Amino acid sequence: MSDLALGRKSQSTWALAGRRFLKHKLALASGCYLLFICALSASAPLFEMLRNIDANQANLFARFALPSFDAWLGRDELGRDVFTRLLYGGQVSLLVGLVTALVAATFGTIIGLIAGYRGGWVDAILMRLTDSVISLPLLPLLIVLAAIDLNKSGLPDAIVHAENISLYRIVFIVAVVGWTTVARLVRGATLSLRERDFVLAAKVQGASAFRIMSVHILPNLISPIVVATTLSIGNIILLESVLSFLGLGIQPPVASWGNLLTNAQELIFSAPWLAFYPGIAIFITVIAFNFLGDGLQDALDPKAEN
Amino acid sequence: MARYLFDRLLQSLIVLALMSFVIYWLMGLMPGDPIDLMISADPKLTPDDAARLRELYGIDRPITERYLTWLSTASSGDFGFSRLHAKPVLDVIGPALKNTVTLLGISFILSLLLALPAGIYAAIRQYTIKDYMINLVAFAGISIPSFWLALLLITLFSVILGVLPASGTETIGAGALVDIWDKAKFLVLPIATLTIASIGSHTRFVRAAMIETLRQDYIRTARAKGASETRVILQHALRNALIPVVTIIALDFGFLFSGALIVETIFAYPGMGKLIFDAIMGNDFNLAMIAFLFATILTLLGNLFADIAYGWLDPRIKYDEVQK
Repeated sequence: MSDLALGRKSQSTWALAGRRFLKHKLALASGCYLLFICALSASAPLFEMLRNIDANQANLFARFALPSFDAWLGRDELGRDVFTRLLYGGQVSLLVGLVTALVAATFGTIIGLIAGYRGGWVDAILMRLTDSVISLPLLPLLIVLAAIDLNKSGLPDAIVHAENISLYRIVFIVAVVGWTTVARLVRGATLSLRERDFVLAAKVQGASAFRIMSVHILPNLISPIVVATTLSIGNIILLESVLSFLGLGIQPPVASWGNLLTNAQELIFSAPWLAFYPGIAIFITVIAFNFLGDGLQDALDPKAEN
Repeated sequence: MARYLFDRLLQSLIVLALMSFVIYWLMGLMPGDPIDLMISADPKLTPDDAARLRELYGIDRPITERYLTWLSTASSGDFGFSRLHAKPVLDVIGPALKNTVTLLGISFILSLLLALPAGIYAAIRQYTIKDYMINLVAFAGISIPSFWLALLLITLFSVILGVLPASGTETIGAGALVDIWDKAKFLVLPIATLTIASIGSHTRFVRAAMIETLRQDYIRTARAKGASETRVILQHALRNALIPVVTIIALDFGFLFSGALIVETIFAYPGMGKLIFDAIMGNDFNLAMIAFLFATILTLLGNLFADIAYGWLDPRIKYDEVQK
C-alpha cells in the first residue's frame, strides 16, 4: 500500500475481506460461474416453455440425434433433449450440494460448540464419536445407508412415501457422515475462545451457557465455518453424483448429474458423447466450489496482509 | 506412548464392535431377506412355509438376539457361506483383498512419485506462475469425478483407439505365455484413474507441508551456515515436511478405499470394493458383513498407523503428556 496507514479510511473486517477476495481472480471467476450455473439451472422450465418442449418427453424417432437447433446438445437414448435434462440435473445436484453442506455444517457446529465449551467427558465422548465417524470406510457405509428399505425402517409412512424421498434421503445420509470436519474445527476454536476475557465477562453477567455459545462464541467462528462449508460442497456434489451413478442416490426419472451418467456408461460404445456433458458439469462446478473456498480462506484469514 | 497406543487400540476395537452391530442392523433393513430369496427361487413356497422358515432360521427374533448369535458364530471363526459365490466367505475375500492391494499399492506409489516433486517444486516457487499451474492441475485432480474420468479413459483408449481393454482382469483363453503382459494391460486404466484421482490431494499436502517447513527458523539457520540449496530442501526441509504428509496420507486411506470401490465397479475388477458393492446389492448378507468389517479394520489400521508414524517420525511429540 502506497498511502500511509494514518491517512487510510478505517475499514471493517468484512470490507477488508471483500477487497482481498476480489483480488483472488480465480475465486472471483468461480463465484461468477457458480451464480451463472445456478441461474441457468433454475431457468430450466423457462427454456422448456420458450422452446415449447418437455424435458421428459421421449421421442423415439430422434434417438441419439446430434446437436441441432432443436436440441442444442443432441438427444439421448429415448430421444429426450440433453440440454434441458442437464439443467434439471443441475438443479438437483446443486440443491443437494448446498442443502447438505448447510445441514452438515449446522450439525457439526452444534457438536463442536458443545464439545469445546462443556469439555470434560462430554468433549471426550463427542470427539471419540467424531474420530470414529472419520475412520469409517465412507463409500461402503453410504451405499448401505442408501440401499436400506425405508418401509422396514419404522419411519412414518408420510416420510417413506414422500414425493422427493430420494432427495431427502441423500441429504440426510451424506450429512450424517459429513459433519466431522466442521465439528473438529469449531471444537478446537471454542476451546481457546472459552478462556477469553469476553466470555468470562459474559459469565460474570450471568449469561446462560446457550447464550454464551450462540451470541459470544459462534460469531467469532463464522469465517472458518464458511470456508469449511464452501470447501465441502464440492465433495458432497461428488458423493451425490457417485451414489446416483451407482443407482443409489437420486432415482430416475428425476435427473441428477450423477444418474445422467449411469446410462452413459452402458451406451459408451454407441454414444460416447452422452457421457461428456454431465461429467464436465460436475467437474467444473466442483472445481469452482474448491477455488471459491480457497479464495474465501485467503480473504477471511485475519493474519493475511491487506 | 504404550499407554496411548493401548487407549487407541481399545477405541478402535470399540468402534469395530459398534460398527459390526450398526451394519448388521442396517443389513436387516435392506430390501429382501434370505426367505424372500428362497421364495423367489422356489415359487411353490406358500406364505405358511415362509413363516415357518422364518421361525426356523430365527429371522423373526429381535435384532439384538440375532446379532449376538451371529457374533458368537463369527467369533468362533465361522463366517458363513457367500450366497453369490457359493464359497465360504473367507475364500472369497482372500483373492479380492490381494487384487485390491495390488491396485491400490501401485497407484499409491505412482501418485506419491509424481506428487512429491510437484509439491516440493510448487512450494519452492510459491506464488509464481509455475506454482499456480501446479495448483490448478492439483485442484483439477481433486475435483474430477473418478467415475467420469474412468468413462473418459475407456472412451479414449478402448472405444476410439481400441488399444486397452475396458473391463475385466484377463483375456479369456489367453495363453500362459502372454499371461502377465495380458493382465498388466487390464490394470493400466484402473491404475491410471486411481492415480489421477489421488495425485491432486497428495500434491496439495506436500506443498502445504513444505511451505510451512520452509518458514521455520532452522531452515534460515541451515542457509546461513552455507548449506547448499539442494541440501536445505532435501535434507532439512523435506524430512520435516514429510511428518504431516505421512499422517494425512495414512488418514486418507478410507478415501483411497472409496476410490477403489468406484474404479473396481466400473472396470469390473474383482477387488474388495466391487466385492462389497456386489454383496450389498445382491443380498449376500454374510459376505457383505465380513467384507465391510474388513474394510473398517483396514481403515482403522491406517489411522492407527498414522498415529504411530507421527510419534516415531517426530520425537518431539509425547503422546501421554498431550493426552493427559
